Amino acid sequence: MRHIKLQPVAALAAGTLFGFGLALSGMLNPVRVQGFLDVFGVWDPSLAFVLGGAVAVAMAGMAWVRRMSRPLLAERFHVPMNSRIDAPLVIGSAIFGLGWGLGGFCPGPAMASLSLGLTPTLVFVAFMLAGMVAHDRFLVRRPS
Amino acid sequence: MTSFLPSLLGGALIGLSSAMLLILNGRIAGISGIVGRVVQGINVWTNAAFVVGLLLGPVVYFAAFHHWPAVTVTASLPLVMLAGLLVGFGSRMGSGCTSGHGVMGLARLSPRSIAAVLTFLASGIVAVALLRGAAL
Repeated sequence: MRHIKLQPVAALAAGTLFGFGLALSGMLNPVRVQGFLDVFGVWDPSLAFVLGGAVAVAMAGMAWVRRMSRPLLAERFHVPMNSRIDAPLVIGSAIFGLGWGLGGFCPGPAMASLSLGLTPTLVFVAFMLAGMVAHDRFLVRRPS
Repeated sequence: MTSFLPSLLGGALIGLSSAMLLILNGRIAGISGIVGRVVQGINVWTNAAFVVGLLLGPVVYFAAFHHWPAVTVTASLPLVMLAGLLVGFGSRMGSGCTSGHGVMGLARLSPRSIAAVLTFLASGIVAVALLRGAAL
């Protein structure tokens, strides 16, 4: 593939845009994430606009993708085709959500805010990586 | 009120980034998957480049606005550790997190992602309600 060498450049640009978007949106702040999830307390709905804005633009992108035969810098689209809602999906998502609510961090904001050098973020990311490795070590992923 | 507009704009940029990664590289912008592939050593250069960009994002924000984005953590360190383990393990088991399922999955109207998002929103709400109840 001629353009395949440009993939890291595209990834760097997309990552920077993603990190800037997170910083602008307020998603980097665990207190606001917890405020968004605190529907039985003092609910702060503002972060719903992050998801709404992101999904709206991504949907427009999907409309374009559906008319493309292949990506600009790769041979094919790597999009999961599995549509079965199985136990690992639901149990894993439930575990993820518990951790998300307890700390106020999810993977994107946690990684992005590493550049602020705050101790809780560093600790969170270290334990998140440990959790990922623990899963990959002890649970074999089913073929999908 | 003023916080809604930056949230909407920031969200739009996140969506643009996700669309860009799919259109250019043919990949879903799922952070847990990208970080996991760096750890596993799969397609390291491209995945690591995305992660480096992710860290550069707040630096660009600082350069533009001359202040860092607010990050206020109220959870104690042991709780942060537990949260990290749960987020890491759960996102791998559930094949995604707020970005892969939440942004691109919903945009693709994937039934699996819709189920995942409803599940982690529900358990996230439960977790925060438990915290408030226990006054941690």
